Amino acid sequence: MSEPSKGSTSTVVPSETKPVRRKPSAREIAWEEKTLNPTLAKSPEREASFSTISAYPIRRLYTPADLPDWDAQRDLGYPGEPPYTRGIHATMHRGRLWTMRQFAGFGTAEDTNQRFRYLLSQGQTGLSTAFDLPTLMGYDSDHPLSEGEVGKCGVAISSLADMEVLFDQIPLADVTTSMTINSPAAVIWAMYLAVAEKQGADWKKISGTLQNDILKEYIAQKEYIYPPEPSMRLVIDTFEFGVKNTPKFNTISISGYHIREAGSTAIQELAFTLRDGMEYVEWGMRRGLDVDEFVPQLSFFFNAHSDFFEEIAKYRAARRIWHKAMVERYKSKNPRAWALRFHTQTAGCSLTAQQPYNNVVRTALQGLAAVLGGTQSLHTNSLDEAWALPTEFAATIALRTQQIIAHETGVTNTVDPLGGSYLVETLTNEVEGGAWDYINKIDAIGGMVAAIERGYPQREIAEASYRYQVSVDKKEKIIVGVNDFVTKEKPLEILQIDETVAHRQADRLRTLRAERSGDEVNRRLAALRKATQGKDNLMPYIYNAVKSYATLGEICDAMRDTFGTYEEVAIT
Amino acid sequence: MPEKKIRVLIAKPGLDGHDRGAKVIARALRDAGMEVIYTGLRQTPEMIASAAVQEDVDVIGLSILSGAHNTLCPQLLTLLREKGMDDVVVLLGGIIPEADVAALKTAGIAEIFLPGTSTQDIVDFIHKRVTH
Repeated sequence: MSEPSKGSTSTVVPSETKPVRRKPSAREIAWEEKTLNPTLAKSPEREASFSTISAYPIRRLYTPADLPDWDAQRDLGYPGEPPYTRGIHATMHRGRLWTMRQFAGFGTAEDTNQRFRYLLSQGQTGLSTAFDLPTLMGYDSDHPLSEGEVGKCGVAISSLADMEVLFDQIPLADVTTSMTINSPAAVIWAMYLAVAEKQGADWKKISGTLQNDILKEYIAQKEYIYPPEPSMRLVIDTFEFGVKNTPKFNTISISGYHIREAGSTAIQELAFTLRDGMEYVEWGMRRGLDVDEFVPQLSFFFNAHSDFFEEIAKYRAARRIWHKAMVERYKSKNPRAWALRFHTQTAGCSLTAQQPYNNVVRTALQGLAAVLGGTQSLHTNSLDEAWALPTEFAATIALRTQQIIAHETGVTNTVDPLGGSYLVETLTNEVEGGAWDYINKIDAIGGMVAAIERGYPQREIAEASYRYQVSVDKKEKIIVGVNDFVTKEKPLEILQIDETVAHRQADRLRTLRAERSGDEVNRRLAALRKATQGKDNLMPYIYNAVKSYATLGEICDAMRDTFGTYEEVAIT
Repeated sequence: MPEKKIRVLIAKPGLDGHDRGAKVIARALRDAGMEVIYTGLRQTPEMIASAAVQEDVDVIGLSILSGAHNTLCPQLLTLLREKGMDDVVVLLGGIIPEADVAALKTAGIAEIFLPGTSTQDIVDFIHKRVTH
């Protein structure tokens, strides 16, 4: 239940608003007196102060005075080399474009299989699977709590049989697949590996990404099943299994995307995500894994919001923080563990229901920021996603947006085109500094799991989110078509998902339960349940259960029996 | 004598965990002087209806972004009628396609607030509908 309000928003001073120690030159001071001051006297600026969408203050002009201690060799360096400010590859997008990976999933496995094959035929270079809420919460499509939710936010997957249909005629040896699944990630991954095996694809060669980031679920997206401790055990089990069996698979995608969507600032997104990353590294090390072996399989996922330069600075700072943490904190000797690789998705929360075609423009600019920030893969949102999952028409424009950035704008012709910009370098420094302040605070609390249990990141995000809403309500921040430039438009044609999806899924589950060997399922579920009480890696037990066509719900229930379920203390 | 505060239950029905909107609205209504109770996540219609009776609220604000509104809202409205809570004002916010709005209102949802609504508009609506 609710807690009392935390008082007025003005009492919160974010650590990121520390003043910059500037050292203006004599020439700059002379410019202020001779040119700037007379101009300001004649025509004042539009606002008393300017700030990013995260309320981070932005100066009128950035000059060498903002970078007094900056060293181009040390702080910027060269692409493909520490501290990776300019990117993790020497040639970046000249060598290889980012992977165009559109998140898709709705209805039944057949529906989504069809959309996957359409997107691949249109030049998309990787797949990304959205699952429906029952799947994300570890319930079968015919569970009472699934009513009304089946196939709505993504595809409904209740067993290996559904997974086989989802990837029908898609060669998993050649296509990389990302799966946005967290609490039941180990189960869905086991299903994917079983399909790959059936197709004859070599586990050592297949590549893709499992989101598997439970910490940001407690912080932001709230799709958790078990308490933090057993959830972290499952994550580390997948790391350990991945090192041995699937060396090219990213066993986690440590995600700032959802933290930002929940209303955080850019600095909070960066700080909480990177500190989550450190938490996983530390839990892996405690299991006895070698950082230089398992960390190269850890990947990241950031939001691309609307404030162009703040976002670019965020990606650059992320690479610098990760390098520093890996080398200094964890004494890593493997450069593959130092280089932060990330996927980006444009900001869903920036899409407006009003004048939805404007969303194409927003998404293009956000995608451009991600590319200039050196992303490895990108999802661009569709114009209709403030209303529903995208139609094929809207999804095609979103993919074309990336292709236009890649092939028409010329921004891929050179590496880190903004490197050396006084603004971008200053912001990169400041965003990095602000993130370290948060990271140090979380260290002082005792790490991210402890911080989550105290509600620290949740409260910081709720504060930032409310501050932003107040600034929109007061028109201090303008959203075109929402609080200014408002017009009436006729409704869009959107994708409708009807209840026949739920009925088809229920029928399929009934058939599956009748046809499989009930004894075999029970034996394997019992073995899994017993293993949850010990210390074994659970992946082999989950894989065996999946292969017997035990359902997602049955497997998650076997673990619920031991692990229990988590309920948060809601902060409002 | 101070005026009796308007009591509001903010609820998240279904499996959806996206609570940014619910939390912002809870805080905005509280800042506007209302008594706000937030249910937390993953409430069934039964749980919401019971909480509404127990807390004796004037308003229920539902936040649904998952597309399950056509299933969950009518269930809740039926339960409220069964419990004699016909007079409670039920509001809905979230991702609600315009095509669904008319049917939801006919079923008894007092108003639907789409993305981009200012918190002041919601406060004003509640003040207009609930007078002690």
